[in-house]
Amino acid sequence: MEIADRISFLYIFCLFAMKECCNSCYMLHMATGSSNFFLFFWFFFWKQSSPSSPEPASLPAEDLSTNSNGPKPSEIMLDGDREDLFAEATEEVSLDSPERDPILSPETTPAVTPVTPTALIAPRMESKSVTAPVIFDRSREEIEEEANGDLFDIEINVSDPEKVGDGMNAYMAYRVTTKTSLSIFHKNEFSVKRRFSDFLGLHSKLATKYMHIGYIVPPAPEKSIVGMTKVKVGKEDSSSTEFVEKRRAALERYLQRTVKHPTLLQDPDLRQFLESSELPRAVNTQALSGAGILRMVNKAADAVNKMTIKMNESDAWFEEKQQQFENLDQQLRKLHASVEALVCHRKELSANTAAFAKSAAMLGNSEDHTALSRALSQLAEVEEKIDQLHQEQAFADFYVFSELLGDYIRLIAAVKGVFDHRMKCWQKWQDAQVTLQKKREAEAKLQLANKPDKLQQAKDEIKEWETKVQQGEKDFEQISKTIRKEVGRFEKERVKDFKTVIIEYLESLVQTQQQLIKYWEAFLPEAKAIA
Amino acid sequence: MTTTLTEIKHLPTLALLVCCEYLAIFKKTVAMHEVFLCRVAAHPILRKDLNFHVFLEYNQDLSVRGKNKKEKLEDFFKNMVKSADGVIVSGVKDVDDFFEHERTFLVEYHNRVKDASAKSDKMTRSHKNVADDYNRIGSSLYALGTQDSTDICKFFLKVSELFDKTRKIEARVSADEDLKLSDLLKYYLRESQAAKDLLYRRSRSLVDYENANKALDKARAKNKDVLQAETTQQICCQKFEKISESAKQELIDFKTRRVAAFRKNLVELAELELKHAKLQVMCAVRKCPSD
Repeated sequence: MEIADRISFLYIFCLFAMKECCNSCYMLHMATGSSNFFLFFWFFFWKQSSPSSPEPASLPAEDLSTNSNGPKPSEIMLDGDREDLFAEATEEVSLDSPERDPILSPETTPAVTPVTPTALIAPRMESKSVTAPVIFDRSREEIEEEANGDLFDIEINVSDPEKVGDGMNAYMAYRVTTKTSLSIFHKNEFSVKRRFSDFLGLHSKLATKYMHIGYIVPPAPEKSIVGMTKVKVGKEDSSSTEFVEKRRAALERYLQRTVKHPTLLQDPDLRQFLESSELPRAVNTQALSGAGILRMVNKAADAVNKMTIKMNESDAWFEEKQQQFENLDQQLRKLHASVEALVCHRKELSANTAAFAKSAAMLGNSEDHTALSRALSQLAEVEEKIDQLHQEQAFADFYVFSELLGDYIRLIAAVKGVFDHRMKCWQKWQDAQVTLQKKREAEAKLQLANKPDKLQQAKDEIKEWETKVQQGEKDFEQISKTIRKEVGRFEKERVKDFKTVIIEYLESLVQTQQQLIKYWEAFLPEAKAIA
Repeated sequence: MTTTLTEIKHLPTLALLVCCEYLAIFKKTVAMHEVFLCRVAAHPILRKDLNFHVFLEYNQDLSVRGKNKKEKLEDFFKNMVKSADGVIVSGVKDVDDFFEHERTFLVEYHNRVKDASAKSDKMTRSHKNVADDYNRIGSSLYALGTQDSTDICKFFLKVSELFDKTRKIEARVSADEDLKLSDLLKYYLRESQAAKDLLYRRSRSLVDYENANKALDKARAKNKDVLQAETTQQICCQKFEKISESAKQELIDFKTRRVAAFRKNLVELAELELKHAKLQVMCAVRKCPSD
């Protein structure tokens, strides 16, 4: 049994290594634009998915994914811009061959039009951008008047991770409990069972609806193939329990942050996530689904476009803010790296203290002077207790401080994304203006050539593009306004969060020292009693 | 731009850091030397040695020459021979219970002290690593704090100061642990080795004594060179008894000294740890009374 599990583990790793090649080929394609690499990419892609995969077809595979930047999440954050662009794209690569069949033909170029099965995703840009602000505008304002700032009476807990299923089809289910007195919910207290891909599905829906109109949607915790595979394989060791605990805490923080946002709280998808006992499986978070591929393709296209858009920033506020966020990002990453090093060293200290305690006990045993022997045994006991203390402190270091920093680094990435959306909006507006100009020129030409039927068509087109230009301008102003408000809110939240967390952390440090005092005070008379 | 400026601002503290480290190492070496000299002075026989008096009194440069290559090589060979011989000699059972007991005790004790000394070293080094991390966190927080002058940045600056102080205290904890615990164990590692060497010398002389006895018996049986054999035997006997007597005294002294040294160091260690922990609590409480 164990061997079979190990083989499946290794097999999955090999597949993901191939997927990494696949992704890098894709990036090469985007960079060079040559079709050779493109074909190479598709070749790899087909090779993986076709005959060699009777096994992966049976995997639920939602929680299996590659962090193409390597298994350690910290590496993602420390890599430069290049990985950032694809971080979201590649996180959704996973194994699920049945869904991806109809889409791909080597002729389609990436920067593109939606292909068949993705009817769900295709119209998002156009329709949602019209509907979303209209529907929620009124209620958003109402809620904001009701509560000054973000004080909503809603509390969310994520608890009781349990393993459901067996072998490679297993997954962890978490219980999400909500306590609230808000009227938009049907009950005051309720709980549901959710799995990790459900959370990702929720985030994906919210991001699709709100990011492009300027709202900062909190990012979901990251996928991790190593952790999940270990859990699936059934290893009951401390690292897999640690992994599950880390994930549970991250999911709780994610939900708490999401419900603090007044607009997101109103969203029906969020309500459905919290309330309904049965949630449709979020298959669109799988990468090999049509939606997944399309997303990846769109993101790559966006990445290239971002590099080519030169925006005339009329508003200095935005430029300043972007620079500020850039600086903040860098410094948080440095701080995060230092805190992670601290966690590591403190764990080492704890291990070394435990080893020393044992050694001191042995020394005490072999010492034939009774008082000294007893004192040495006491010393060994003190050191053992101190080792426990160090372990707890390392725990606090991590969960309180380090994870918060990680969350904020991801949040800032989301903020940067929102700024990028604003740029795209501006680009759209500019493009509409250019097209309008062209249409006007065409009309003028037609007037001179005197073709009445075509003239009418040209006039119609001009009207159409005029409305588009107006819409573009309105959208741009709307998104700028929203971003200003969102950034203000973000800054306030950041200040509050950091203050609370750092104070909590300092309190834990103080507590450790006070415990140390107790232990050494107990030891001192023993040492003095050596005659 | 801002990062280089903050790094420059930290330079004076960097110089201070180097100073502190140097002082810590200096304190350590001085303490070891003091222990060594006190030991020699307390010994009834060694204190009368002329070399010792010259060392203490001569007020000009002693110009001690280090060992040259030949001497180092000689030492190396001597050690090899000694350890080989030690293995042979240790097979001999001792008539005297006291020495037999001491030998078993010393062998076990020496091994355990070696282990404890190594582990204590590792622990002290980990402590130092943690202190270094605090330093880096402090400077990162300082960089965050100098972004602008909003409330949160002032808060960051205060926390960065606190981390600085905590770091200094943790560094001192690590240095003191090193001084009181690790050095103590290292010293007794070497002392127990010296005690083992003493026992070896005594066993060696015992073997020589027994060999001289056998030679005397053989000579008496053959009735040849009896007088020579007798004198050798007498010398060996005297040597053995003298070494046994002084060894006994030395080993008893060793035990007393060991107990006293452990007591002194453990008490000082506990007191220092208490002092540092209290200082840390005070610093933290003073820094955040309003938060």
